[in-house]
Amino acid sequence: MNVAAELMPAAADAKPEFWRWQESCWADETTDWHSAKTIAVGIDVGSVSSQCVVTADGKLYAYSSMRTGNNSPDSARNAFNAVGEKTGLSLNDVHFVVGTGYGRVNVPFSHKAITEIACHARGANYMGGNKVRTILDMGGQDCKAIHCDDKGKVTNFLMNDKCAAGTGRGMEVISDLMQIPIAELGQRSFEIDQEPEAVSSVCVVFAKSEALALLKAGYTKNKVIAAYCQAMAERVVSLLERIGVEEGFFITGGIAKNAGVVKRIEKILGIQAMKTEIDSQIAGALGAALFGHTLVQKQGPAKPIVS
Amino acid sequence: MIANYGYKDGSGEYYISIDTSKCINCPVNRACIAACPKSMFETMTDDYDDEVVWIKPAFRRSLAYDCSGCKPSAGRTSLPCTSACTPGAIQHSW
Amino acid sequence: MITAGIDVGSRSVKVVLVEDAKVEGAPQLKYLVRGKHLMFPGDLDADVAAEKAFTDALGAAGIDRGQVSVIFATGAGRKMVKFAKDSVTEMSAGAKGVSFFFPTARTIVDVGAEEGRGIKTDGTGRATDFAGNEKCAAGAGSFAEAMSRALQLSLKEFGEASLRSEKSIPMNAQCTVFAESEVVSLIHSSTPKEDIAKAVLDAVASRVCAMVRRVGIENDVVLIGGMVHNAGFVQSLKAAMDVGEIKLPEMPEYVSALGCALLAAEGVH
Repeated sequence: MNVAAELMPAAADAKPEFWRWQESCWADETTDWHSAKTIAVGIDVGSVSSQCVVTADGKLYAYSSMRTGNNSPDSARNAFNAVGEKTGLSLNDVHFVVGTGYGRVNVPFSHKAITEIACHARGANYMGGNKVRTILDMGGQDCKAIHCDDKGKVTNFLMNDKCAAGTGRGMEVISDLMQIPIAELGQRSFEIDQEPEAVSSVCVVFAKSEALALLKAGYTKNKVIAAYCQAMAERVVSLLERIGVEEGFFITGGIAKNAGVVKRIEKILGIQAMKTEIDSQIAGALGAALFGHTLVQKQGPAKPIVS
Repeated sequence: MIANYGYKDGSGEYYISIDTSKCINCPVNRACIAACPKSMFETMTDDYDDEVVWIKPAFRRSLAYDCSGCKPSAGRTSLPCTSACTPGAIQHSW
Repeated sequence: MITAGIDVGSRSVKVVLVEDAKVEGAPQLKYLVRGKHLMFPGDLDADVAAEKAFTDALGAAGIDRGQVSVIFATGAGRKMVKFAKDSVTEMSAGAKGVSFFFPTARTIVDVGAEEGRGIKTDGTGRATDFAGNEKCAAGAGSFAEAMSRALQLSLKEFGEASLRSEKSIPMNAQCTVFAESEVVSLIHSSTPKEDIAKAVLDAVASRVCAMVRRVGIENDVVLIGGMVHNAGFVQSLKAAMDVGEIKLPEMPEYVSALGCALLAAEGVH
């Protein structure tokens, strides 16, 4: 299954915005959704990004990942339409839609809202298999630590959405400060001569001032990025340690794509994160779609809500 | 399931944990809801369709401030919420 | 005897020079302010900035360096001021400085650019208790300033705009970084600037107030630091603390530096 997503081209006349990551959309060319018995859709409206996932008979079929707009309903429609354009699917073809993420109650065409905690656990269970026990989700504006059982049911969770430290926004701030595209930060954090100590401030606002002071003191940009990644890794690990980390460690969310943070987390914990070929950002929407699929098995398809 | 509501920031770690396995079929009629002077608890149906108690979203990001009235620094020796919950489902991390 | 207090804050350096004095008809007034100076250090290191601010202050007051007997330092960068004889905490300096203006003060609210704190005092100029939040940027002045920039208003216009608002829009975000995104989306949804300004100042006031509550609110309440100039913030703080009056000193940014100079004169810390 070729999961390399097609990247959407950036607007030609746009000023370079270094923190802007690329939107994407993918569908499984080898599957024809027309022959599937159950089509379920999961929509994850986050504060920074929105995803739409389509499952055909409980298998991942297509997904999109778009930047969240000014309101949740539009963001949800935008994410679905991207998949619709690629696959020819319309809401009338879908048997159940589950909304998740902080905008979940505002997905106008969803039949049920389920929290992103439960959905991430379910999605991680699909992506990483039934040995997944500890999930770390580093989202745009929050950070979650989740324990689940072999079925992907949540047994313990903890979320931090109050403080920007350890979240995607925190990383965007550094990308903007260094004037380096966010996708390159991870790699550049390894192009250093010596691993620096973490930035001492937990607070992103203060870490920003500290980064400037480090530059003045002679640190290269890469070394500052490394110090920042180390601080983020330490912060996230302390969150995880509150509920404990078991083998079967899985990372989801946008920052999972930042090797600079991931490798440092693995080093501190002494545990390797499980690998997956599927885009880590879709775990929530994927779990939502799977919940939808199960609901269709239990109670039959739901009437499409087309406005 | 253990649900932890709260946050960690530069000043410390503040979480209220609710053990939902002890919260379902509450034997004290949700006494925690009335016990909290700020009415921070309420019932809800969780993702697995169980009726349990949670911390209202409006309070989750300012626990250090909201709970300060019940903490030793305000002259109290026990928390009304944890005392009311005899099954021991509620715990404070600070 | 002339002494100097240097307050090295996170955004500006304040210098105050005091001289002991006997004033006819005012026997309780033991010291007079001889000079004061505020400087933004820009790119300079803390010790270089402090030195320059001190020299400029002396020049403006027409005082020779040799005339100054003792120099104390306070503020976030106080340990960097190598030429100071000693350093004192912002709590001690704040309490001392406020007692100069208001001997009846019992609760001091100090909102700086990046730190906020509540200080309890007993009227003798000593700090008896304090609660601060130096590790988290929420509840400090630079947040209000960043939001005023987002609204394209000067800080003064920002404060005045908030006074014109009659709504109370609660902000969801507790963190400065998230609040910025929230303000941007409020601007996009055409919320009037007045209402956004008030929402921001209410948010900062509620965080500052929660901090001060940890030491207990007792009249008289005094606010010090640059935010005194922001009438909107003072109003929001009054409402959050639920007090009838908050006393505002003249030269509010200099109060800590003044307290520091007074402590230098008394040789205590």
